[in-house]
Amino acid sequence: MNPLQIILLGLGGIFLALWARAPRHPRAAFAFARYTLVGLSSLAVLMPFVWLLAAIFKDKSVFNEYVFFPPLGEISRRTVNLDNFVELFRGKPSVQGTVHFWQYILNSTVYASVGTVVQLVFSSAAGYALAKYEFRGKRQLMIFMLGSMTIPGVLLLAPLYKMIVSLGLVDSLAGLLLPGLVNAYGIFLFRQACMTIPNEMLDAARIDGCSELMIFYRLVMPLVRPMAAAFCLVAFLGHWNAFFGPSIFLQSADNLTLPVVLNLYVNEYSNDYGVFLAGTALAMIPPAILFFTLQREFISGLTSGAVKG
Amino acid sequence: MRGRVRRPAVTAAVVGRAAPRRLHRGPAPYLFLAPYLLSTAAFFVVPFVNAIALAFFVTNGPRSRVFVGLANFRYLLADPMFHRALWNTTVFALVSVFLQLPLSMGLALLLNRGSDRVKGFFRLVLYSPNLVGQIFVGILFGALFAPRYGLINRVAQALVHSGLEQRWLSTPSLVMPAIVLTSLWLWVGFNMVYFLAALQSVDRSLEEAARIDGANGWQVFWHVTLPSMRHVVVFVVIMSVIGSYQLFELPLALLHDTNGLGPDNAGLTVITYLNQVAFLSGDLGLGSAVGWIVATIIFVISLIQLRLSRAGEEP
Repeated sequence: MNPLQIILLGLGGIFLALWARAPRHPRAAFAFARYTLVGLSSLAVLMPFVWLLAAIFKDKSVFNEYVFFPPLGEISRRTVNLDNFVELFRGKPSVQGTVHFWQYILNSTVYASVGTVVQLVFSSAAGYALAKYEFRGKRQLMIFMLGSMTIPGVLLLAPLYKMIVSLGLVDSLAGLLLPGLVNAYGIFLFRQACMTIPNEMLDAARIDGCSELMIFYRLVMPLVRPMAAAFCLVAFLGHWNAFFGPSIFLQSADNLTLPVVLNLYVNEYSNDYGVFLAGTALAMIPPAILFFTLQREFISGLTSGAVKG
Repeated sequence: MRGRVRRPAVTAAVVGRAAPRRLHRGPAPYLFLAPYLLSTAAFFVVPFVNAIALAFFVTNGPRSRVFVGLANFRYLLADPMFHRALWNTTVFALVSVFLQLPLSMGLALLLNRGSDRVKGFFRLVLYSPNLVGQIFVGILFGALFAPRYGLINRVAQALVHSGLEQRWLSTPSLVMPAIVLTSLWLWVGFNMVYFLAALQSVDRSLEEAARIDGANGWQVFWHVTLPSMRHVVVFVVIMSVIGSYQLFELPLALLHDTNGLGPDNAGLTVITYLNQVAFLSGDLGLGSAVGWIVATIIFVISLIQLRLSRAGEEP
């Protein structure tokens, strides 16, 4: 018997005891079972993160000795240190000269932030137009948009690559950003949010002499801020975690983004797990910070389209 | 969202349902849509038309091509490796729908009874893997699946006293289970968030009425709860089928030793195959043909599911 088995048996025992106490109305037993199952699932979800946190600070020599952290008595500079990060951030020679890991963090940050801001501006403007104006061709446009969303992105990757090559934009940030300036899914999210704004409010602003652009910027955008926050997170995650596009469009060692370079490090450091795991852990931090600040808007914004539809 | 943005219901009630708005004069809507229209024309319509054309060519890198008619499709129909890729991907899609979604639904049902605070906390925890990109998940789980020292084998050893030496990622029959296990970690919470939101909008009095009529828990769920959240279920099923057929990054990082193929091609997916032929071997034409097959499969499956859900609407 080991502690893990004892804990599981103990939980089972409590459930049976609760059941036995009131076999006719086992409400307490069911409540206990419910929370136990949810708790165990959450534990299973969190375990890899805890393991990762321990793995990145363990010295190479004791990496496999302990499952998680070494016991308190064994903790010293020899077992727990920052060697993995030192190795990760050490400059590495390439055709483009010495490249440091912070270069990839910078590349990913620039790509994700610029991509998010551009998508936010363009998608919200288009969503607003579809929600609040009647104009010729609107119905056809919406049908076209819905249709375009069913086309998987990979189908377009080969011809897009050809296009970017012929534009001479391969291996550049512009070439990476251009194919994804607008997000049809985002347009629908913003359309949904803008529909809730009363027309009378917009008309009042028009009577006061506000221009259409100013109405959008000053009146509409502040009103749809929760949706904008949710969309920013979706767009940021999409760019930050993107692999297929960047792995095809980018070539020089100093232009790569984090997912691409870490995927290379897995082979490069195949005997030194701590190093590429340290990089992976660092890559998880920005999405985590954004998520915890925006999580309320995020979950409701994400599900609003599906639940109302 | 709800309650944060001012809703139009109040004004609509005061002024009556607004008549259809008259056509807007002036360029404003077109200006707001201009970025979308321009970029879609350039980076969706043009490559889309090219993708149609490309599928009928053999190309060598992005610059040279020869017209071959249907030869690309004939090649794919005969290529056992492509068959393997299609088979693996279909198995993964089926498992996603019939294992992953029921688990998500189960968790959502368990959580739905809890207070808002409890619900919020566990929702946050269970959703969190979805913040991590597939490549990063693949890298992390590649280490977790390591024989003898990996966390997964150590837990298996502690629970059932076997499995410590299991070589998940180099045993052909264990590769797909490893990918599935990883995908469960990644997506169960994601789908649960949708189900949980849908459960909250289910009419409680209907469930109560069914219970009074003598329906047991399962009958209430199957005949009352599930039908009233049908739209969300269809949406989530279609999303996960589409996602399954685009599986690529996860196995690529998980099976990095074999470039995402796995031992005996056990982890090969259609998109991995597309990546191999189009971008590693340089035949963009063949790659486009694969893309068309994937697009067609996704389209047909989505259509069937929409039809089925419509049929269910008229009892």
